[in-house]
Amino acid sequence: MSIIPSCKDVSELLSQAQDRPLTLREKFALHVHLPLCQACRNFREHLAVIRAAVRRYIDCDDIPR
Amino acid sequence: MVESVPTQSAIEASELAALEAFRGYLVRYAVLQLRDQAVAEDVVQETLLAAIEGRGRFSGKSSVKTWLTGILKHKIIDHLRRRSREQPLLADGDDSGRSEADAIDALFASDGHWRDAPASWGDPDRAFENREFWEVFEMCAKLMPAKTARVFTMREVLELSTEEICKELGITTTNCWVMLHRARLSLRACLELKWFGK
Repeated sequence: MSIIPSCKDVSELLSQAQDRPLTLREKFALHVHLPLCQACRNFREHLAVIRAAVRRYIDCDDIPR
Repeated sequence: MVESVPTQSAIEASELAALEAFRGYLVRYAVLQLRDQAVAEDVVQETLLAAIEGRGRFSGKSSVKTWLTGILKHKIIDHLRRRSREQPLLADGDDSGRSEADAIDALFASDGHWRDAPASWGDPDRAFENREFWEVFEMCAKLMPAKTARVFTMREVLELSTEEICKELGITTTNCWVMLHRARLSLRACLELKWFGK
């Protein structure tokens, strides 16, 4: 990752944040990038929606059929 | 006092009937990971039989559904383990990791910006209430490349850690992260195209 994290770097970190704890340096990269980037903030939201959707999907009781 | 005691097989029949109610749920759970209706049905059948045999071990602390899901998870992991021995995940050599990385690269410009910036999805709960959303979701899940989908479902459905997945599939942690990222990007793009962007 270069000094200024790109959307590509940030999307990767946001995804990995779902799988492992990020390092301080990585958290800092998000902290620098996210307030300036709506697209990556949306992506972060989408990751949460996808995780929630998988949970809902397998728990069929509350899925309208 | 003498009560009429039901025979062993009658108990089993009535218990099997009670467990039948969960079959649909279990099959859906299994299909998502095995991506094969027939195999999923077999694994669920094994699960229900194992549940009947092992009913003495059901503590009643968890719900029946949670208990059955736990058994099913083990059956699915066994199946995936067998399958990854038969068809190693990275059978086609180093290209595999490369094609994952290429697929991710394709979504970004050379300066690292999104080619198609992710848009706001609004209120996801409204989508979750809609039956058609789940049809789109199923379709998008099935569009994921098979290997990627395998890693994704091990992580998101079986809730295994990346370390466990790496160990099961004999891939590196980095490769695992790349595949998970690819899976999420793929699902995300499909959901935006087919649902949220409409």
